[in-house]
Amino acid sequence: MRPVYAVAGGVSKFAKARPDATYQALVKESFDYAVNDLGIEYKKFIEMCDGSVSSYFSDHFARQLMGGIMATDYLGLCPKPSLRVESGGATGGMCIQEGWKSIASGQMDICPCYGFETMSHVNTWKGNEFIALASDVSWDFPVGGFYSGYYAMMVVRHMKEFGTTVEQLAHISVKNHYNAYHNPYSQKQLKLTIEDVRNAPMVAYPLTRLDICVMSDGAATIMLASEDGVAKLEKESGKRIPKVKLTGIGSGTDMMRMSDRPHGDVILLPNESPEDYKDLKYPGVHSFRAGRTASKMAYEMAGITDPLGQIDFVELHDAYTSSEMQTYEDMGLCKYGEGGDFAASGKAFMPNIDYGLKLKDKSVCPVNPSGGLIACGHPVGASGIMQGVFALWQLQGTIPKHFNDKTLFLPDAKVGAIHSHAGTGTYVTVTIMEKEA
Amino acid sequence: MADEIKMKIEEEQEGTQVYSVPFPKDLSQLKDMAPIVIKFPWQVDYIHSYGQDSPWFAGVSNKKLLATKCMDEKCGYVCATPRLACPVCGKEMDWIELPQQAKVHTFTVCHFGSETFLPECPFVLALIEWEEADTLFLTRLLGVDPLKPTLDWIGMKVQAKFLRLSKFKPTDVYFVPAE
Repeated sequence: MRPVYAVAGGVSKFAKARPDATYQALVKESFDYAVNDLGIEYKKFIEMCDGSVSSYFSDHFARQLMGGIMATDYLGLCPKPSLRVESGGATGGMCIQEGWKSIASGQMDICPCYGFETMSHVNTWKGNEFIALASDVSWDFPVGGFYSGYYAMMVVRHMKEFGTTVEQLAHISVKNHYNAYHNPYSQKQLKLTIEDVRNAPMVAYPLTRLDICVMSDGAATIMLASEDGVAKLEKESGKRIPKVKLTGIGSGTDMMRMSDRPHGDVILLPNESPEDYKDLKYPGVHSFRAGRTASKMAYEMAGITDPLGQIDFVELHDAYTSSEMQTYEDMGLCKYGEGGDFAASGKAFMPNIDYGLKLKDKSVCPVNPSGGLIACGHPVGASGIMQGVFALWQLQGTIPKHFNDKTLFLPDAKVGAIHSHAGTGTYVTVTIMEKEA
Repeated sequence: MADEIKMKIEEEQEGTQVYSVPFPKDLSQLKDMAPIVIKFPWQVDYIHSYGQDSPWFAGVSNKKLLATKCMDEKCGYVCATPRLACPVCGKEMDWIELPQQAKVHTFTVCHFGSETFLPECPFVLALIEWEEADTLFLTRLLGVDPLKPTLDWIGMKVQAKFLRLSKFKPTDVYFVPAE
């Protein structure tokens, strides 16, 4: 397989509603930004593309089937090959991995990957219903279909199993909302305390409104290229592109109905042993087997044996504070059962932001430096691509330029991970991105 | 005085019928025009078959709680939420009856939800476990105070109750604390 590079990205402003633009125009907004960043004339760039990948989650929210091709044709990419990717909340992450395959296989040299969601077209309650249609409509939806409720049941079991506390989870909300303060693309910029998070209206016990991401309209684009593709782009623009390589991709799955999940043995990472988990039934409903599978696969490909030691930052799918905490464990940033302690330790916080919290540890591996889905918003088909763009900008060293603020810039970061996650952990993707010297 | 003085009228989606909007003489002003947003109903009658899972619904309408068991003796995996293909070995599964007492595996209290269920909030969702089964069952838990949730509910013995007039939904059965 050939090496694959990310060369440019763009993100539309995520907002509760963008009635000023259709989804095609939102995609174009993010696509234009990336093309401008490459410094290539639009028409010339389109000529250079070998094909593309589009993604969005919900035909219901769009009230349009085949919205993918409509974004593709709006961009002017016809008649080149393209496909639409859908894998629930992991749609964006999967879109990037499909683009990766097109480049790695030798089929394409330059492949834009773009995704969108327009969730403002129905009220919040109908939106919750649309999302809950991504649970078994015979067995789960009719009982009280509500995704926040599903995730709440998972973390309640985590609390019982491991002693995780709601205050530990609230640390994640404080962190991500504070980080977002310095990200102009974010939807919610709040300086919160643990008490603010706990005193917010309860949505699904124990998750409050500030433990949960919001629905958004938005789009994002990331441009991928082979070595030859990078050379062509550099020749056209006359500019050197900072090299960021996608060194590992992994993905995993789990059963849609949480009730069906097995209670077996932990899938081990290289830094773990069976003795760590003698009495643990896995994944049950407290852990994401797909997240662990995706991490293991991506780590093996990228040569990561000590995730916390080798990964400098992570942009992960924090639709819920609880799922960020559970994902620390899946990705091996800590062991299963230690996610709550890890969340409150400070290890996942930014080094140069005062959160108004007493944290016992220094920053080791900032998680969601951008503010994550909780603060940036979660236009589903765009979210995973947004993470890729923010990770790319970190590794290119261009965060200060794109954010017009250097607070969230991690100048020493060489290895980043992005993680995209669908309904209660049914599809999860992990992609490793590295700065090439 | 009210506990909290309202500073914002909650957004709702009622509107007014409009049949005309202003239009500028100068077409170059059109890009500054506010977006036109329309609303219309979207409703369907949908024919849904439970297919091979249908006997379960006949079971609850007769106050029986069914599960499936792998026909392979070496496997014998039991699914509390039925599947007719064994998730472990892929062999066909048979119908068996489950005891009507079980335990709470985990739960939540939904204070908000999907439009369909909003009028029922707050309600308790729970996953139920059986010693006799390898997998769980999603249900509503009644007979506990939704405003006083506690982790002690996990492990609580519960009893199945059935709707007298079946709706042929998984909610034809629900659980309450066992006496």
